[in-house]
Amino acid sequence: MTDLSPYQDPEVIQRVLHQARTVAIVGLSSNVLRASNFVGFYAARHGYRVIPVNPREEEVLGERSYPSLSDIPEPVDLVDVFRAPDAVPGIAREAVAVGARALWLQFGVISPEGVEIATAGGLDVVMDRCFKIEHARYIGRMHVLGFDTGVISARREAH
Amino acid sequence: MSDDYQPDHEFGFHTRAVHAGARPEPTTGARAVPIYQTSSYVFEDPESAAAYFNLQEYGNTYSRIMNPTVAALEERLANLEGGIGAVAFASGLAAQSSALFTMLVPGDHMVASAALYGGTVTQLKHLARKLSVDLTFVDPDVPADWARAVRDETRLLFAETIGNPGGNVLDIEAVAAIAHDAAVPLLVDNTFATPYLCRPMEWGADIVVHSVTKFIGGHGTSIGGAVVDSGEFDWSNGKFAIVADPSPAYHGLAFHETFGSYGYLMKLRAETLRDLGGAMSPLNAFLFMQGLETLPLRMERHVSNAMTVAQWLSERDDVAGVRHPGLPDSPYAPLTAKYLPKGAGAVFCFDLDRGREAGQDFIRGVRLFSHLANVGDAKSLIIHPASTTHRQLGDDELAAAGIGPGTIRLSIGIEDPQDLIWDLEQGFARMHGNGS
Repeated sequence: MTDLSPYQDPEVIQRVLHQARTVAIVGLSSNVLRASNFVGFYAARHGYRVIPVNPREEEVLGERSYPSLSDIPEPVDLVDVFRAPDAVPGIAREAVAVGARALWLQFGVISPEGVEIATAGGLDVVMDRCFKIEHARYIGRMHVLGFDTGVISARREAH
Repeated sequence: MSDDYQPDHEFGFHTRAVHAGARPEPTTGARAVPIYQTSSYVFEDPESAAAYFNLQEYGNTYSRIMNPTVAALEERLANLEGGIGAVAFASGLAAQSSALFTMLVPGDHMVASAALYGGTVTQLKHLARKLSVDLTFVDPDVPADWARAVRDETRLLFAETIGNPGGNVLDIEAVAAIAHDAAVPLLVDNTFATPYLCRPMEWGADIVVHSVTKFIGGHGTSIGGAVVDSGEFDWSNGKFAIVADPSPAYHGLAFHETFGSYGYLMKLRAETLRDLGGAMSPLNAFLFMQGLETLPLRMERHVSNAMTVAQWLSERDDVAGVRHPGLPDSPYAPLTAKYLPKGAGAVFCFDLDRGREAGQDFIRGVRLFSHLANVGDAKSLIIHPASTTHRQLGDDELAAAGIGPGTIRLSIGIEDPQDLIWDLEQGFARMHGNGS
């Protein structure tokens, strides 16, 4: 069993959340009931530029969908993956090639090979975590529904 | 590391009891959690409103479903139990029935400890009849009995960390293993232990329910309950279509697939709490948070007082038995050492060496112990279960729950222990016919 903890480091997660501007979501579905759609909708709502990567979609959340990462005609900061684990090594190679700064693998997308490729390419890697949940934990409002954020702080946040 | 980032530091239990869920309020800087005494919330714009109702965004809509004061309590409870989240309810029984309602459909079967709080026994029997669900009670002390009771239709196992009022200590690890072999969750009522004394999820329990009315509040001012989820149970294992499949009650949303480990809690809140409506009030949530701040301090005093009183009782000739699981001769001593190393709670029974009338005389004799139907107050409490909390149960059920005609239940508070012993001496004097 892979030790996931190096890829669930709160400091890395927060760095990725704060530094990313453009997020390519691989496997983003236009079906509004799919988890990928929830995450894409949420990311766009919170100011990220979301670029769908899905050969089976024309357009998702009002954005043109590209068949692969290499087809995107602009820089990508973060690659967020909703695909089966065996697709990850190829996606990781493309993420390195397009100059992304981070690779994020959603719940259940566990690929030691993909992690190795991305890490060797100098990318931050987050694995078996949800982008939406982690954003809501550290920056957003997950606590309003009684979820534990784990955040302990007596500092007053900017309003 | 940026100064704005949350550091990767493991805070201790006492720190979390005071801080978890309660960051300073950003608009005013209020340090205490404000009491958001509001039924509803103004939306920023139509898009935000739609996103909240679609559960695409975390936001407030209506206080039957969520409220910021209640959410602060929920987060703190979840944090202290080691769960991923919690949903608070108007009472412990509302929490419990909602937890079950969310996962059961007609034809299912549940297995429960026979040594439960009388109100829970009554609820399970009623719920079973009205939901057309089968129910089997088992001796909680015998893991093989749990295993034997499980069948194809079984969907959950239910027990208490410390049984009420028998003082049975659950072998959580063993019963959780039986539940997981059957691919069903173990639900544990952790009211008597509180997360300070035992965290059942660390031993394999999937869902913990609480009456927060008791030690969590500690003040006896408010009624409330909560459901905490570990997030570990796989609701998509084929046995829980009601949780995993697209829900007609939420425009086809598949809660477990969409929200992953948060799916059960989302469904519990967005469907069950929405539809059954047993919401906790913001004022009560505020009062429970005041209680939680001192939970570790109070529990240390509760358990030490309870041990002092239990030992004193166990040395008396007119006491037939003291059922405190922390006593060295308790049959539960090994389980207590494993699951409750900080103390075996502060609610226990003892048996007078005579019958029902003696029990009532005893209660007439005390003046510091409050005669009432509650436990977990900072004040010491006393009751005679056979004529009060458990009177709805038949003789066989009473015996199964470990209650006799002379059984007295104590909930030991945080007073000076010598005063509690002084008061109990008056009860014994009255029972022997020479009390005032």
